[in-house]
Amino acid sequence: MQRIGDAPRVRRLLVFLALAFSALFLLLPLVAIFAQAFTQGVGVFWANVSNEYTVAAIGLTLFIALLTIPVCLVFGVALAWLVTRFNFPGRRILQTLIDIPFAVSPVVAGLIYLLLYGRTGWLGSWLDGYDIQLMFAWPGILMVTIFVTCPFVARELIPLMQAQGSREEEAAVTLGAPGWTVFRRVTLPNIRWALLYGVILTNARAVGEFGAVSVVSGAIRGQTNTLPLHLEQLYQDYNTVGAFASASLLAFIALLTLVAKASLEWRAARREVHA
Amino acid sequence: MITLATRAGSAPKRVLPGFGLSLGISLMFISLVLLLPLTGLFGQLAGLSLAEYWAIITEGRVVASYTVTIGAAAVAALVNGAFGLLLAWVLVRYEFPGKRLLDALMDLPFALPTAVAGITLATLYSSNGWMGRLLEPLGFQVAYTWVGIALAMAFTSIPFVVRTVQPVLEDLPHEVDEAALTLGASDGTAFRRVILPHLWPALVTGTGLAFVRSLGEFGAIIFIAGNMPYETEITALMIFVKLQEYDYAGASAIASVVLFVSLALLLVINIWQGRFIKRLHGGAG
Repeated sequence: MQRIGDAPRVRRLLVFLALAFSALFLLLPLVAIFAQAFTQGVGVFWANVSNEYTVAAIGLTLFIALLTIPVCLVFGVALAWLVTRFNFPGRRILQTLIDIPFAVSPVVAGLIYLLLYGRTGWLGSWLDGYDIQLMFAWPGILMVTIFVTCPFVARELIPLMQAQGSREEEAAVTLGAPGWTVFRRVTLPNIRWALLYGVILTNARAVGEFGAVSVVSGAIRGQTNTLPLHLEQLYQDYNTVGAFASASLLAFIALLTLVAKASLEWRAARREVHA
Repeated sequence: MITLATRAGSAPKRVLPGFGLSLGISLMFISLVLLLPLTGLFGQLAGLSLAEYWAIITEGRVVASYTVTIGAAAVAALVNGAFGLLLAWVLVRYEFPGKRLLDALMDLPFALPTAVAGITLATLYSSNGWMGRLLEPLGFQVAYTWVGIALAMAFTSIPFVVRTVQPVLEDLPHEVDEAALTLGASDGTAFRRVILPHLWPALVTGTGLAFVRSLGEFGAIIFIAGNMPYETEITALMIFVKLQEYDYAGASAIASVVLFVSLALLLVINIWQGRFIKRLHGGAG
């Protein structure tokens, strides 16, 4: 059966173009990160990674990601349950609102938090009275990170839960299972891979967020510097190898994210074939 | 009779539990995380008179940054439209060694932190980087020009096009191809006249999303842009510069323009997509 573009000459040309473009545009930068990080050998790389400020930045970055994930998880599951299992006025508006963080520039996201919770903001000045400072400290970084990452879990779950429908859950309820049991025994097994992928995406964005975090962090070395901010400082100080050592850690997390995505998709495809 | 009976009763009974809880969590989260912070922006803007607001957002350097941002984002979106279509086509239609790797690689720009992409592209295309060394003798200066800005924008947003077009192409039935080819159309004509009309709503959506993303991108761009006032400053950087000068009113005014434009574009894309999906379903049913 002949399909459009099946002629060997056309096929070879298009595949070659796609591979050449991807190699130059996507693969080369990825290789360059690791090449730059190791230009002066493994010893220098290790010295850069185990540097006191880098370790502090890694610690803060992981701390923020660890706090962000459960918050986004609870919100994502609640919102997905709400919009896929119930019909109520305003459902579409909720689904549109959740996309706001994707449309807003990260710098603007950081700015709106700074304006509200900073010393000049109405909430910030009130908190200041109680000596609570959220901006230029880790709570501010956590808040903007939650803002930019909150759509991921919900966006992974909603299409899946919509497609699966609620028949199985309704059956369980009719048979007398309590709500949490239904969720744990019926819903969760059906959505666990999408949930996992949502968490992986949330994590990738949480450890890598730059624009929003740089507005609210104050970037104090060893204190409020996340890994992306730390590598920016090193790069501006012309410590290229140091910057790429930190960058390679983040690139490694990105690679793990891609591997996880590929294997989750492969698993889903295989299940479809078996079904 | 049965339907009448339920309708006559109070409200249709919800079988599944958790409506109150999930509604409560969702509303609280959306209000606190998404909507409350916006009040800070409006509070700051309310302190400006209309004339002051207008003066800030039409200042020469800021207007130059709109031109740079929109121009580079448009170029990046067009390049992504073309190459994103090519990549989606190759990934769906052909089998070749390394296909799964290529497919996985498409998500790299989303997975890679923008600051990492930024310093990497700046290093690659600077005059002693791997690419810069090749291109500069030929007269192509990429780093610290608007070409570099467009390049960084294209890098961060290409998955939007690939991942929007890919599923539509996968769902396209074989019969579409066959019909065109049996009627004697050449590959080029068949693609243009038969495939493209099916694809272009998705292509426009993906390119539009890539464009919106490029307008707001910051981390990937600032390292390669050079950030010369009037020449290679993007609008997101203008907001950042105003903040560093503690000019919160100025930063808010420019941010409100960026926010308005991106939300308006997102709305247009959503409506466009909704219409397209409705038409598709109408055709199928």
